[in-house]
Amino acid sequence: MTISVAMTVNGKSVSGKVEARTLLVQFLREHLGMTGTHVGCDTSQCGACVVHVDGKSVKSCTMLAVQAEGSKVITIEGLAESADKLHPMQESFRENHALQCGFCTPGMVMSAIDMVKRHNYQLDEATVRRELEGNLCRCTGYHNIVKAILAAAPAMKSAGV
Amino acid sequence: MTAATGIGARVLRTEDKRFLTGTGRYVDDLPLARATHAYFLRSPHAHAKIKSIDTAAAKKMPGVVEIFTGKDTADAKVGGLICGWVVKGKDGQPHKSPPHPVMALDTVRYVGDTVAMVVANTADEAKDAAEAIKVDYDVKSANIDLARALDKGIPEVHPEAPGNLIYDWEIGVKADIDAAFAKAAHVTKLDLVNNRLIPNAMEPRAAAADYDKGTGNYTLWSTSQNPHVLRLILSAFVLGIPEHKLRVIAPDVGGGFGSKIFCYNEETMVTWAASRVGRPIKWTAERSESFMTDAHGRDHVTHAGLALDKDGKFLALRVDTIANMGAYLSTFSTAVPTYLYATLLAGQYTTPLIYANVRAALTHTAPVDAYRGAGRPEATFVIESLVSKAAAEMKIDAAELRRKNFIPSTAFPYQTPVALQYDSGNYPPIIDEAMKIADYKGFEARRAEAKSRGKLRGIGFSSYIEACGLGPSRVIGQLGGGVGQWESAQIKFNPTGNVQILTGAHSHGQSHETTFAQIVSDKLGVPIEAIEVVHGDTATTPFGMGSYGSRSLAVGGSAIMKAADKIIAKGKKIAAHLMEASVADVVFEQGTFKVAGTDKAVPLGAAVFAAYVPHNYPLEELEPGMDENAFYDPSNFVYPAGTQICEVEIDPDTGTVEVVAHTAVDDFGNIINPMIVDGQVHGGIVQGVGQALMENAVYDKATGQLVSGSYMDYTMPRADNVPSFKLGNKVTPCPHNPLGVKGCGEAGAIAAPAAVMNAVHNALAPLGVKHVEMPATPLNVWQSIQGAQPAAAE
Repeated sequence: MTISVAMTVNGKSVSGKVEARTLLVQFLREHLGMTGTHVGCDTSQCGACVVHVDGKSVKSCTMLAVQAEGSKVITIEGLAESADKLHPMQESFRENHALQCGFCTPGMVMSAIDMVKRHNYQLDEATVRRELEGNLCRCTGYHNIVKAILAAAPAMKSAGV
Repeated sequence: MTAATGIGARVLRTEDKRFLTGTGRYVDDLPLARATHAYFLRSPHAHAKIKSIDTAAAKKMPGVVEIFTGKDTADAKVGGLICGWVVKGKDGQPHKSPPHPVMALDTVRYVGDTVAMVVANTADEAKDAAEAIKVDYDVKSANIDLARALDKGIPEVHPEAPGNLIYDWEIGVKADIDAAFAKAAHVTKLDLVNNRLIPNAMEPRAAAADYDKGTGNYTLWSTSQNPHVLRLILSAFVLGIPEHKLRVIAPDVGGGFGSKIFCYNEETMVTWAASRVGRPIKWTAERSESFMTDAHGRDHVTHAGLALDKDGKFLALRVDTIANMGAYLSTFSTAVPTYLYATLLAGQYTTPLIYANVRAALTHTAPVDAYRGAGRPEATFVIESLVSKAAAEMKIDAAELRRKNFIPSTAFPYQTPVALQYDSGNYPPIIDEAMKIADYKGFEARRAEAKSRGKLRGIGFSSYIEACGLGPSRVIGQLGGGVGQWESAQIKFNPTGNVQILTGAHSHGQSHETTFAQIVSDKLGVPIEAIEVVHGDTATTPFGMGSYGSRSLAVGGSAIMKAADKIIAKGKKIAAHLMEASVADVVFEQGTFKVAGTDKAVPLGAAVFAAYVPHNYPLEELEPGMDENAFYDPSNFVYPAGTQICEVEIDPDTGTVEVVAHTAVDDFGNIINPMIVDGQVHGGIVQGVGQALMENAVYDKATGQLVSGSYMDYTMPRADNVPSFKLGNKVTPCPHNPLGVKGCGEAGAIAAPAAVMNAVHNALAPLGVKHVEMPATPLNVWQSIQGAQPAAAE
């Protein structure tokens, strides 16, 4: 049995027919072909699948596609203003070498943006480290991810994003 | 002109843009028209006979295309998976080689062993159908405890390996060692467990395969660190598909750390079944499958002793290790606890006598193979734990004892008693720099301050050496390795002057696309934006051995240098023709050919254009085109070395260990991109801290169930488990490769466990705690504190 679902992803209206058990991440990856959002575990621990749903960061493997009915979803593919103009968080990750294999990166970036906003653009190292508890990275040792997020906070504020 | 993008520059990564915008292309991201999906039914038992498998009901489930079992692969004569490194034991005989079928035939040998493959229209349908397969098992008792695996009466994993012994191997002369120990002024003894780890690259393993009936060509997309070697193994040993009819593509790969070197049964099955199903097949591991079936790492039980004279000079080192192989021999498993472990036991020291006995044992657990560092972290942990313990026992400063025994800088090349000849190094300035950065002098004040807060503060050293950059093919062959260990490169100019570097190495986080481009930019004066690095596809890149053992820059980078030399040599001939000069008078500087002492000049781009449009060109003596390839086989391993200093604070009430500071100073030879090298060290340190404090692959000793089978149970280091790091570096260029580089990929993980554990022991010493095993979890530490006798007399 399939269910119709419709939502806005990165500003575009999308719809599809899904099974009741279809997860939001499966809808994004398998139905919409938006493979920037990754699946790194099966227990909602790794955070590779983090997206924004109605302005809040959500692990898209913990949410059914039908639960996102009518929602506004932003994924890693929807962040950059254009091919040449990255979001300040993306730019900061690049500038600070906060990614190696790139697999955890989409979730890290989405979590980081949400973190900066929730803390009103004011963060310290201990807060960033604590806030990253839902995102695993095996390559970077977190050192440069923390640096990138701390550097991106004022950049996001001055860019007004 | 290329100073900002050449060797030594902090160049931002070329690969970042696609990863940051969600446009990377990993195996699971591939859109394959008409694709089916595979799910593998796994054994729930550590050891059982398969009495019957009934797939009748499952075959009728919605969407099911086909179901295969071990009988199908046996009937089709699919070969078994191989171990590619022959280790000869004390008796001169090659190691025992039990069969490793791609799917279990009549026996399952670990939890996760593959029993059936379901192919269906969707992954969910395949999984649903697998649940309907009825397997009748006769459960047997299992051999799980490594320390007892070689004892009499323990269940055997394979009849081909009586007593579960794969080999009993030694290096060094035992009698000499015994004599040295007998007359030593001091002997330090240590019993160690090197805890079993699960690599956990963030991208789970995945494979997809397609078969073209018209041409008979197979394509396999795999999360592989070495696509050419994977193709070679599948072709020559397992599936018999001729090498030229099998294309292996390893696209973007999300980390490997060793676990994606090996040839696994899932990618084999997906390839084999694609031609039978007649549609593409995709498989992506769930994380719980990764925990169960990725090759695990480490897992040693060791008894070691260090003999010293009264002044603290090392006289002899004795090591006795049982190494876990798991239930089947994985691709490189046999080499890890021998040639990548025992040959490293000299460390940075002049220890004149070393003897190691290594016995490799089978158990009913997942296969164990190379994981970041592979043998070298285990060796470093033995040596550096012993040295710090000896220092504490003899009341000599831990740094001083190390310094007293360092190989002097004048002694290189230095022949160790365990086969390796270190090419270069200068260890004292490294430890000096590390102590300066870590403010070693201020430690006692910090310890006192921590004590006033009720915390126990400790400091620990770890001075490591590693042999990497595998390796001279001749030596690898003499040691039983089944492959060459050279690397290849092709530098291909296009007529308009931009460049492709085609490499047989593979990047899965190492940043080759940037580092390799920097080499060519520096050497040929081409802007980095005009250079593309191509890797990971056997159809487009020259044969290469792949990326592991910190070899891609030292070996692959050297091949690129050789190819670049050929470009320059050919360019000189073209430029000489264009300038009507003698080749001997042409020099190449900053991307331009010049005749010394004149104003004649031909930019490389003009020579390239002339080579592709050879209207004015010496065609009689020179082929058109600008496309050169090179192979490079190193004359020795490379020997990075360094010192890490860790400081911990322990809460004695809870046993919680916090890493409060961690310093690493390394000698990686010349550095191409310091930003990338630092990143490799950061990540390595955290994997080492993870081993020391958190990570542990635990099998229930009675049932063989993997207790730590998910991120809920296997404690991965998170951002708030570690501090920011303080790094430094010293350079002794490698004397035998053209870049003067050593490897940096594994150093962090090699040195960190001993640094952390020495700090833990240093912190707990006042309480009389003698030994804490890894991982030093709060429970483990708290129990050690409770069981300790306070060292009141000291």
